[in-house]
Amino acid sequence: METATVTLAARELVKRYGDRVALRRVSLSAGPGELVAVIGPNGAGKTTLLSILAGIQQPDEGELTVLPQGVGWVPQQAALYGKLTVEENLFLFARLERCPDPRATVDRMLELSDLRERARDQVSTLSGGNRQRVNIAIGLLAEPEVLLLDEPSAALDPRQRSRLWEFILRLAGEGTTVIYATHNVQEADRYANQLIVLADGERLFYGSPRELEQEVGTTGLDFEEAFVEFLHGRGH
Amino acid sequence: MRWLLLKDLQILRRSPLLVALLVLYPVVIAVLIGFALSRGPDKPEVAFYNGLAGQSAVVELGGDRIDLAQQGQRLFDAIDPVRVNSRKEAIQKVRDGDVLGALIIPRDLATNIQSSLEPGTVEVYYNAEDPAKRQFVENTIKAQVQTANGALTKRVAKEALQLLDLISSGGQYTFLGQSFDVLGLKRAESILSRARAELPAGSPERAELDRVIAFGKLARENLSFSDDVLAVVGEPIRVKATALDGGTTSLTSFAVALAVAVSLMFITLLLAAGTLALEREENAFARLVRGLVSKTGLLAEKAALAAGCSVVVCLVMMAGLGLFVDLDWGRFPLWLAALAVGALAFAALGLAIGGLTRDVRAASLLAFMLCLPLAFLALVPSGAVAPVLYDVIRAVSAVFPFKPSLDALDAALNDAGGLGGPLLHLAGLTLAFGALGRLALRRFA
Repeated sequence: METATVTLAARELVKRYGDRVALRRVSLSAGPGELVAVIGPNGAGKTTLLSILAGIQQPDEGELTVLPQGVGWVPQQAALYGKLTVEENLFLFARLERCPDPRATVDRMLELSDLRERARDQVSTLSGGNRQRVNIAIGLLAEPEVLLLDEPSAALDPRQRSRLWEFILRLAGEGTTVIYATHNVQEADRYANQLIVLADGERLFYGSPRELEQEVGTTGLDFEEAFVEFLHGRGH
Repeated sequence: MRWLLLKDLQILRRSPLLVALLVLYPVVIAVLIGFALSRGPDKPEVAFYNGLAGQSAVVELGGDRIDLAQQGQRLFDAIDPVRVNSRKEAIQKVRDGDVLGALIIPRDLATNIQSSLEPGTVEVYYNAEDPAKRQFVENTIKAQVQTANGALTKRVAKEALQLLDLISSGGQYTFLGQSFDVLGLKRAESILSRARAELPAGSPERAELDRVIAFGKLARENLSFSDDVLAVVGEPIRVKATALDGGTTSLTSFAVALAVAVSLMFITLLLAAGTLALEREENAFARLVRGLVSKTGLLAEKAALAAGCSVVVCLVMMAGLGLFVDLDWGRFPLWLAALAVGALAFAALGLAIGGLTRDVRAASLLAFMLCLPLAFLALVPSGAVAPVLYDVIRAVSAVFPFKPSLDALDAALNDAGGLGGPLLHLAGLTLAFGALGRLALRRFA
């Protein structure tokens, strides 16, 4: 699996919080342009996995075997300064990321996120969807090979969600590896090439959505029903 | 780090209320303190009835003439007299709240003082609505009456001494315009000695005269001590004040140091705690420390921002105070050192608060709640509380930056004590609270 086309790979990651085990020997790998969805019930370890991949936390055991050139991190809640404008937020992080040409980078991100017209608006005045687009744009400032998104569409209305996914699909189309955690199983089915199903920190499944349906073996169920059936079958 | 600094300054610029408070705070404080220092309290209005009006207020004591009306005039330096025509009117004005108090000079004041048999008494009535002003009037009148009493007592004692000298040595005495020749003990003793010498050797009257002569001699010798005794009566308690500890800073100069220290504390603590907690509240902390900025670098940036802002604000405040109070601008480098080191210590404390609370509101509230007790504790003088409690207060004051900052500013502004000790103390506190803030960041993400 860990070939020249793999941009990120992790082996047997373990994370404990006191007595509680948040991740139990989870492995994964992803290639360029791939969309990987991490799904599972609450407390499954999705955010913990992403935060280890992002370098925010260190695993207690296991390691990242393939490290990408850069990892863009988009936390669940927008990590932005509400008092600054869209442009100022982008400039700040472009400078902190030591982008060689912050002006050009910011312009590119404003185009990519389709927020040129809102560039001078304070972030606190933006809608949740637009704020999330700025949040993602900041994650992309350093042109990372891998983009990690934690619940990117949470609290967005359907229209905002649709625009967000257009944006993410465009990024994946340009070769960025996108790994995202979500509660929205339909989003996983619709956009992901690969699924990682976590429950109680354990990886229950790693494959495509169709493979999950095949594993459940029931016909006539939509993907969400198949996913719930899968969890039931595994005792969750 | 400079980009973070720029970002925080931009955020401050977008917070007009906070900036307005930061600018207005020192100005208002400077103006208030300036007025307080440059103007004494207004003279309270006191109803004044002079029962001596229209009659002689001159008392003759020991050959000196004392004008009681002139003595009473001294009172008016401290009060604003509202002259009334009767005792009743004076009391009514107090009851009506028109005046704060009433001072009544009775008609028999001069007579009583002149007689030396009864004390002269002045009556004072208070308005108890405003305890602070009441205290002021009470103290003022008491002080003036004591001053007058002192002067009169000395003159009474002087006259008594003259009379005693007259009894002892004899001489001329003038009373009610008539002059008398007083024999005196000394001359009486001399006359008696001569009379004794003329008596026969075995005369029984000679023994009687010997007893009278011995008594006269004893009385005269003891009267020679009377001046010392009367001097003690004239000034029953002598006060000798010796300062064992503390500088010579005037209250005004100390008030300036105090005002600056309080402002430095408020601004630095609130800014440092608030801006650090804001990074978490905006969810930016994890993004920042994920390789963009080190945690220590982030703390240093917040400390620099908070300390820099507060030093500037305090310098503006001192410039404002300089309009009212004489400040030695030649000591400016020392001011700057005290302000900078004090601000860094407060910033470190603020960072520890921000790191521990992890929430802007909680951080601001805790910082605010800490400020006032710290200032209060640092100002508790020795002797005001039990010794054990005072030791506890000193220990608590020593582990927070307010007291050493106040000492440093007092030393820098007023040359009161050494500056090095407080600065070293503050440097130690900066390191300690900085380390606490750094530890607190472990639970910050």
